[in-house]
Amino acid sequence: MNLKDEIRNFVVETFLFGDAGGLTDDSSFIREGIIDSTGILQLVAYLQERYQVAVADDELIPENLDSVQRVAAFVEGKRNGASCAGSEG
Amino acid sequence: MTTTTGFSAQVLRLDPQRETDRICARIRELMRNQVKRGGVVVALSGGIDSSVTAALAVRALGRGRVIGLEMPERHSARETLALSGKVAAALGIPTRVEDISGILQSVGFYEKYDNAVRMVVPEYGDGWASKIVISGVANQPRFTSFYLVTQDAQKVQSTVRLPLQPYLEIVAATNFKQRIRKMLEYYHADRLNYAVAGTPNRLEYDQGFFVKLGDGAADIKPIAHLYKSQVYQLAEFLGIPEDIRSRKPTTDTYSLAQGQDEFYFSLPYQMMDLCLYARNHDVTAESAAPVLGLEPQQVRMVYRDIDTKRKTTRYLHLPPLLVEEVEWE
Repeated sequence: MNLKDEIRNFVVETFLFGDAGGLTDDSSFIREGIIDSTGILQLVAYLQERYQVAVADDELIPENLDSVQRVAAFVEGKRNGASCAGSEG
Repeated sequence: MTTTTGFSAQVLRLDPQRETDRICARIRELMRNQVKRGGVVVALSGGIDSSVTAALAVRALGRGRVIGLEMPERHSARETLALSGKVAAALGIPTRVEDISGILQSVGFYEKYDNAVRMVVPEYGDGWASKIVISGVANQPRFTSFYLVTQDAQKVQSTVRLPLQPYLEIVAATNFKQRIRKMLEYYHADRLNYAVAGTPNRLEYDQGFFVKLGDGAADIKPIAHLYKSQVYQLAEFLGIPEDIRSRKPTTDTYSLAQGQDEFYFSLPYQMMDLCLYARNHDVTAESAAPVLGLEPQQVRMVYRDIDTKRKTTRYLHLPPLLVEEVEWE
């Protein structure tokens, strides 16, 4: 399973009770009411545990975390050591 | 400043006499026609909302039908009891003091709270204090994140971002305070055949700043339609003592003093009131920004935060949900 599918699976299982409904890779978690601020904490905990990705304070922004696509790109960027939106490095 | 849309800081001015009369008439009507209890219990925190609620109840029902409950605990601010007592004395209502520290101890609150804090600050212990604060959403387009501020015995403070589990454990433990207080309010209401008056203002009610079945529970909520600035206007009209009117709004929930704007709202209440009013009346960010002294982009972020909080706290307002409607009337 590729990274995007894994993240999508996590979101569907954790926040949508297994029913993906109309979730697309670009669906905004916040705008669609899929994830609230506690949900973001859950997502960050998952990324840290599953991918050993540390999420800095200034990376807690919609550009990095507000859709399956964005989360996958964020994790990919972190793995490759590239700078992510909000990060200073 | 008034914009071309008519939006200004003056939009929240009200006629205190007329509003007081309107609220009092409604309280009497609700008590007579729906609640059908002889009086009300009001939990007095020494803050502006509970003081105004009690004063309105006294005007509506008479001081013989209102009882104030003062419920401090180990972490309460030192001045809390003195201020709530002062309000009760000014209103001429009887009070009962219920120190809830013993109940909190019995349910393991202090131990649970300290253990949760130690998940991120292992050295936390006797002589330390702490609180939760949020990141300011008005300054940058970020998700709200939660930070634990601790202060050691030497008064040195440090801040750490809270991961999921300690955050949930701290909030869950802390919610005992609001729920235990509500349990005692209903105990006294039941023994007196009274109802419970809740004390949320519009900001708290609209934005979900309350604990379900804690301070969110009540039979009537006389000031839930008033912006906090309007509560202050009524407070002055109703003769609430000056030291309560000039006190900075606090949650009085954590062992370190915590302003409401640190924990829940993204701006001080005067600005949050205006933002919420502007949002409710379709004032554009461009029109609201100069009145608030903010950039339009910041106002847009606050609007987004208002919408998000409404959406994510909606369930707090809901009654238990049924599989199908059950006719009972």
